Amino acid sequence: MQVLILFLVLAVLTVIGFRLGRSRSVKLVGGDVARLHSLPGYYGFYVALWCGIPALLLVLAWVSLEGPVLTRLILSAVSPELLLDPNGGPISQAHLNLLVNDLRNIASGTVASTANPLVQAAGLQLASYREISFGAMTVVALALALGGAGLALRWVHADFRARNSVEKVIKTFMVLCSLMAILTTVGIILSLLFESYRFFARVPMTEFLFGLQWSPQMAMRADQVGSSGAFGAVPLFAGTLLISLIAMIVAVPVGLLAAIYMAEYAPRKVRSIVKPLLEILAGIPTVVYGFFAALTVAPFFRDSGQLFGLNISSESALAAGVVMGIMIIPYVSSITDDVVTAVPNAMREGSYGLGATKSETIRRVVFPAALPGIVGGVLLAVSRAIGETMIVVMAAGLSANLTANPFEAVTTVTVQVVTLLVGDQEFDSPKTLAAFALGLVLFVVTLALNIVALHVVRKYREQYE
Amino acid sequence: MSTAEKQMDTNTASASDIRKRKIADVVNAGLKRRYAAERRFRFYGIAAIALSLIMLVVLFVTILGNGLTAFVQTRVTMDVVVSAERIDPQGTRKREDLITGDYQGAVRDAVLALFPDVTSRKDRKDLMELFSTGAGYELQKQVMANPDLIGKTIRIEVPVASEFDMLAKGYISRTVPEAERKISDKQIAWYDALKSKGMISTGFNTTLFSAGDSRQPELAGLWGAVVGSFYTLVVTLALSFPIGVAAAIYLEEFAPKNKWTDIIEVNINNLAAVPSIVFGLLGLAVFLQFFGLPRSAPVVGGLVLMLMNLPIIIIASRAALKSVPPSIREAALGLGASKLQMIFHHVLPLAMPGMLTGTIIGMAHALGETAPLLMIGMVAFVVDIPHTPLDPSTVLPVQIYLWADSPERAFVERTSAAIIVLLGFLILMNAAAVLLRKKFERRW
Repeated sequence: MQVLILFLVLAVLTVIGFRLGRSRSVKLVGGDVARLHSLPGYYGFYVALWCGIPALLLVLAWVSLEGPVLTRLILSAVSPELLLDPNGGPISQAHLNLLVNDLRNIASGTVASTANPLVQAAGLQLASYREISFGAMTVVALALALGGAGLALRWVHADFRARNSVEKVIKTFMVLCSLMAILTTVGIILSLLFESYRFFARVPMTEFLFGLQWSPQMAMRADQVGSSGAFGAVPLFAGTLLISLIAMIVAVPVGLLAAIYMAEYAPRKVRSIVKPLLEILAGIPTVVYGFFAALTVAPFFRDSGQLFGLNISSESALAAGVVMGIMIIPYVSSITDDVVTAVPNAMREGSYGLGATKSETIRRVVFPAALPGIVGGVLLAVSRAIGETMIVVMAAGLSANLTANPFEAVTTVTVQVVTLLVGDQEFDSPKTLAAFALGLVLFVVTLALNIVALHVVRKYREQYE
Repeated sequence: MSTAEKQMDTNTASASDIRKRKIADVVNAGLKRRYAAERRFRFYGIAAIALSLIMLVVLFVTILGNGLTAFVQTRVTMDVVVSAERIDPQGTRKREDLITGDYQGAVRDAVLALFPDVTSRKDRKDLMELFSTGAGYELQKQVMANPDLIGKTIRIEVPVASEFDMLAKGYISRTVPEAERKISDKQIAWYDALKSKGMISTGFNTTLFSAGDSRQPELAGLWGAVVGSFYTLVVTLALSFPIGVAAAIYLEEFAPKNKWTDIIEVNINNLAAVPSIVFGLLGLAVFLQFFGLPRSAPVVGGLVLMLMNLPIIIIASRAALKSVPPSIREAALGLGASKLQMIFHHVLPLAMPGMLTGTIIGMAHALGETAPLLMIGMVAFVVDIPHTPLDPSTVLPVQIYLWADSPERAFVERTSAAIIVLLGFLILMNAAAVLLRKKFERRW
């Protein structure tokens, strides 16, 4: 809240800087604006930039680094017995995290898990550190803003190329913005790699990739029975593939046929109504599909299975897969639609000229010509199915069965990532780290699928352009 | 021409005639089959479209059928004696004493006065199950607002417990054997007695739109999630729109065609297809672990959704910039504008409708996103309405996920209602995007 007020003050200062810079430039030339190198507004922007940007950068850096620095400071100032366990050795990472959390809670005035007076005192000390830090930040930021504005005001004169400087700053900002995409990718890769590396230091990679047993419950105490923790991810991969396969069996034929009908047969009017309706399917949030699958589709399959004497689990792979297939229909159909309409008409007319019927033309000429693009689209859809989370979290089970039977409950990579990370977890246990290893696998597989698919689609497009 | 030659000519003519007829026969013989194949193919297409549309209809009908009743709530109106012994035994009338008063006890007295013949301990407990614990809170709220009410009899209107709301709406059948339903025959008789006294009424479910989450279905509301979603989207929009537009301008108008910009382009396209849960992992590792931002806060949710949304906005904005004809740019440059002036004064205003359309669609996408927010702890059970983007909160789709997990029958109804609200917002946003496109779209 206090930081917001500081931002507000900085914003006001920046506006004042703009007015000052502008009026100063006009005054310098006695109102004859034509003698200025740039329009007066640019001098205003120049001063405003010098006033706002350094202070803003400082505040952002301060706020983001404050937490870790203060934590380190308070841990070095805290009475040493808090950092020792009953046996006299240093306390474990988990206990340290708990202590840090308590200190933060006390400092923020919320409830802590302990009433230890030493901890309370340290928490209050952290609060005072925070106050000092905020005071220092305010002073430095305001000094930077005022100093920057003052300097910039002194540099303003008639020959000064304010526009060029301002434009340079804007251009730099734009370059930085376009680097955000790379930064995000790098961030994803680094965080996944780093955490997975820590995971593989405890669980060998071969066991993770080829092990057949998945039960990530770790023993809380050393003497606990039956929870040694097994991290063989093959059942998850199999479950993911099974559900994705079911989804594709639903989505590919339906999406393909629907798109071909709309592109080749449907009158304009029908097309203009049906196409947006199909796209609604793509716009429905996945959590809604998940609810639909768990509430309606799964019981429906279970009950109709009982009619035929089949034993279908109420969390069957079938229900999750079918609903996921419905969700993916519009992705397949919109890409198919694009590639089918991109097939040159000359090819169709040649086929008609030889006496082929419309469906023969589509099956023997248009479809083969569009096949690479369709394959690309299907690959994109597969990557979406593999990465889809909410439907499987709500409709597929948690039990890691290694089975190819669609009537049984299976679990997927994304379901496990969610169950491993939702709720309060200590950050260092292999259980939590396993989620990042699974995330890494997910990222690599979907990335590979996407690259191949985009390549295929692009290559196909070039062929007819 | 000799007769012999003539003879030959007619011979060859008839020979080719025969051949032609033969081909025609072959073709004609196959025609029936081929036309049937044609009709079949056409039918498959129609069937595929019909199947998808039927699924869409089934989905909507299920949600509406389950959810519409949640907008109505069954309430009971009763007179409660606000006795001083219960509320303020010391008679101080101070805030801190009033807040600890036994309001539930006052409600209990009122209920037991209605049914004087219920005497056994177990029956009294069962009787109280008809009434939501919200009755005590409602009484507390009124008394706190006006301490003069103490000693008087006031009339309060409170929701009945969710099981009896379900009974009133017909989700719990009276014909089912007593052992198979959650409420006993006795309780139903009491409920009917209340009803015959005219104390039961139904009305619009205001709780749903004013309260935060609760374990009691009749007290649970969506407002906390709506506010949380609002803060999250504000953060997302405030960051992703300027950054996305700036990146699009750079890539479209300035970037030289070289290896670096190629890498950026491929990167953006790939990011758009990365599973959303991976962004959640990124948020967990970077924003929560590394920068130590608070768990469950809309700020972090907004940051994660911003990263997810950026590719969508960049791609849409580039398309909008591309659609502005080069003649506009050349005219501005020819009149002496600098490149940035040309972009900000001429190109950007023309591209803005397209960019806004893309942004709104991206925002609609962000509003429905659940998985990455689960990773950063927005699944917490939050009763309070968040006041700032830093308070713990949840968002609409996560609220749906949480309610969908609850076993009570009444939560099925409320989950569907929450979905209706979410879909309503999505329809509004998409309609705004479509209107914007229709109104400002220009064909050059």
